[in-house]
Amino acid sequence: MKKPELDRRDFIKGAVVGGAAAAGATTAITPIDIAQAEPAPAAPTAAPQAAGYEFLNLDEAAFIEALVDHMIPADDISPKGTDLGVNIYIDRALAGSWGKGDRLYMQGPWKPGAPSQGYQLPLTPAQLYRAGIEAANTHCRKTYGQSFDRLEAAQREEVLVGLSTGKIKFDSGLPVRTFWTTLYQTVVEGMYSDPIYGGNRNKAGWAIIGFPGAIAVHRDHVESYRGKPFPSKPLGIADLS
Amino acid sequence: MTTKLGEVDVVIVGLGWTGGILAKELTEAGMKVVALERGGMRTSENDYSLPNIRDELRYVVRHDLMQNTARDTLTVRNNPQQEALPMRRLGSFLPGEVVGGSGVHWSGHTWRWTDMEFKIRSNYEERYGKKFIPDDMTIKDWGISYAELEPYYEKFEYTAAVSGKAGNLAGTIQAGGNPFEAPRARDYPLPPLTPILASEMFSDAARNAGYHPFPRPSANASQPYTNPDGSKFGGCQYCGYCQRFGCEANAKGSAHMTVIPIAMRNPNFELRTHAWATRVNKDSDGKRVTGVTYTNVLNGEEFEQPASIVLLCAYVLNNVHLLLLSGIGAPYDPVTQTGVVGKNYCYQTGAGATLFFDGKYFNPFMNAGGSNATIDDFNTNWAFDRAPHDFLGGFNVSGGFNTALPIGYRPVPSGTPQWGTAWKQATAKWYQTAMTINASGSVMANRHNCFDLDPTYRNAFGQPLMRMTFDYKDNEHKMGVHAAGVINDIAKSMNPTKLNSATARTDPWTVVPYQSTHNTGGAIMGSNPRDSVLNKYLQSWDCHNLFVIGANAFPHNSSYNPTGPVGALAYWTADAIKNHYVKNPGPLVQA
Repeated sequence: MKKPELDRRDFIKGAVVGGAAAAGATTAITPIDIAQAEPAPAAPTAAPQAAGYEFLNLDEAAFIEALVDHMIPADDISPKGTDLGVNIYIDRALAGSWGKGDRLYMQGPWKPGAPSQGYQLPLTPAQLYRAGIEAANTHCRKTYGQSFDRLEAAQREEVLVGLSTGKIKFDSGLPVRTFWTTLYQTVVEGMYSDPIYGGNRNKAGWAIIGFPGAIAVHRDHVESYRGKPFPSKPLGIADLS
Repeated sequence: MTTKLGEVDVVIVGLGWTGGILAKELTEAGMKVVALERGGMRTSENDYSLPNIRDELRYVVRHDLMQNTARDTLTVRNNPQQEALPMRRLGSFLPGEVVGGSGVHWSGHTWRWTDMEFKIRSNYEERYGKKFIPDDMTIKDWGISYAELEPYYEKFEYTAAVSGKAGNLAGTIQAGGNPFEAPRARDYPLPPLTPILASEMFSDAARNAGYHPFPRPSANASQPYTNPDGSKFGGCQYCGYCQRFGCEANAKGSAHMTVIPIAMRNPNFELRTHAWATRVNKDSDGKRVTGVTYTNVLNGEEFEQPASIVLLCAYVLNNVHLLLLSGIGAPYDPVTQTGVVGKNYCYQTGAGATLFFDGKYFNPFMNAGGSNATIDDFNTNWAFDRAPHDFLGGFNVSGGFNTALPIGYRPVPSGTPQWGTAWKQATAKWYQTAMTINASGSVMANRHNCFDLDPTYRNAFGQPLMRMTFDYKDNEHKMGVHAAGVINDIAKSMNPTKLNSATARTDPWTVVPYQSTHNTGGAIMGSNPRDSVLNKYLQSWDCHNLFVIGANAFPHNSSYNPTGPVGALAYWTADAIKNHYVKNPGPLVQA
């Protein structure tokens, strides 16, 4: 028998029952079949992303677009990186408080330190990105005569291997490993963070792995889906707001 | 200019689990209590509600509920020869900075530490002889017994809605519980959480290997619950967003929805948020403290809050830092091994394996904070002979999930490319079809692992940062080898399609990535002031009206999560203050 479609507002209310139950405590939680919940077609994340960059300049934008499309190619698993909005995620993260060094202790003296002492550069993440892209493009021009975004796929692959293994050394003295680690982490964030941050567009990142997103209540599923695939369409924060 | 305020009975620095418990208990005893919390107010209804709480980037990656290292942090080094540098952002551990403290974002794992820890030196000397303990291992007996703490463990378990299965009820071993636990007078207030496939498979394999698996006791209410104080809990929703998040269902036992609101309804209580304590003040002869100086971080104004009793409840790191900044107690010097404040800093170690099972669906997004099965055969089991493995302490081993969200958790077999179609294929194939087995191991105190004040770096208030000197020693490395072997034997017996084996840790401790917010020591308890900062009531030996409550009091670290004894000790200290100290202010134990 086909179950009735769940209204989005009802779903949110039902999901909040967990919290309400805490206040009321005696009522059992209303079971909701999350698998049936559909994101509303007009949800903000379904709307096209605002075009343009807040932080990245033309060279940087070209580098990031080429990078995310190389790391996340279009195939039968997902759209390519720029279609997932990973470039937009990175731009917004760099333009925002994280990129500006929010929560980062920025007092000197500055020393390279040991790897076990963690991040020690006198740079905000946005400054690190800017210096890193410039250094990577300098390496590309010296080695291949062109910036990263103009390289063939095999050359891009060679550059990424060089960055990730630390085989490439930047002439500017910027530590390659720190740049790569930050770059890689933000690409992953752009694939798998909530779409409200500009990446994971249409929850296509979550769809790669079958992650259901922001849904709330698995109290019944933990028993009924034990050992079974959970047939969910992912829901993001905007779908539930 | 500093504004001097009117004296109150008690000032509490930090309002998490320990500050909340003491605020409730002491206001109910009629005392006027002011709490200073550097963070802001957060509530379940307003801040931890759906859908906004379901945000891995904000809460896990960007540390929304955690201390802000831009204002205050530590400097870190692995040994005294190294130059300490600031931990410029959080990583290895994540102390909270909101009303409710780290008790908002914990997973709820609640253990009873036993006399195996409290009498550690006596135990090992008696069984293995004095020579078994390395010269630089500064472990000591705690000066407290399990029997003394037992009723207080129970009180905390019933307050925090711990779900679990007793293994030893008043000396009778109970099937399905932890047979190695110390005797308890009552079972847990709630039955265990519903097991998940990964914990069931681990349990079967562990049982087949002759071990004794049991559901991990956790303050995740397995069903709606009202605690003895009348605080209401919803049932756990297995939402998969537990560790690092506030609980929208009020199913995770936390101070902000139990003891703190009760204190706040009491007219004897006043909470000041955004109040940053910079110093504990002493009287002229240094025998008593007179109150706390703090800054209102909303406008920079400085206040002095006089009080008859000062309680430091601001997490291990801030409690020890405040003692050092205030010149209370002799700072520890690892070279001469004199002094006590900063001594015996400990952490935890571990090892882990990832098991890949083609076609098995573990649904890693459906779990509670404590959806694990655990074995204690190499931990609280004193029959486990440490001599052949040449280490002290122990480790527990667990199978299951806890907050396996996709930015941070995307298991792939070793050798998988880091990008491209092959990477995506592997991520897609294994996210739901992998499980993990992890060991958490104790860390024994060592003379070189300690805190002191950094000579160079300063916080936003111009005060020296605290310096942490820490590394793992041979004892931990040997334990890691044994733990990895146990994990791999269990893992192989489960016949996974692929296995990323556990390996013993050999690298130095690093500030990244996250390891555990289980820092201990620095202001430790003991039976005499020569080798401890606090007596067994967590009362300062130096200033009898100062109590320092938290895992700072632990002389070493076990493999267990610390919140069980932290909560129990908070209740124990509250009773000592209410029933003894206020009637006759002075040392509760004669030095």
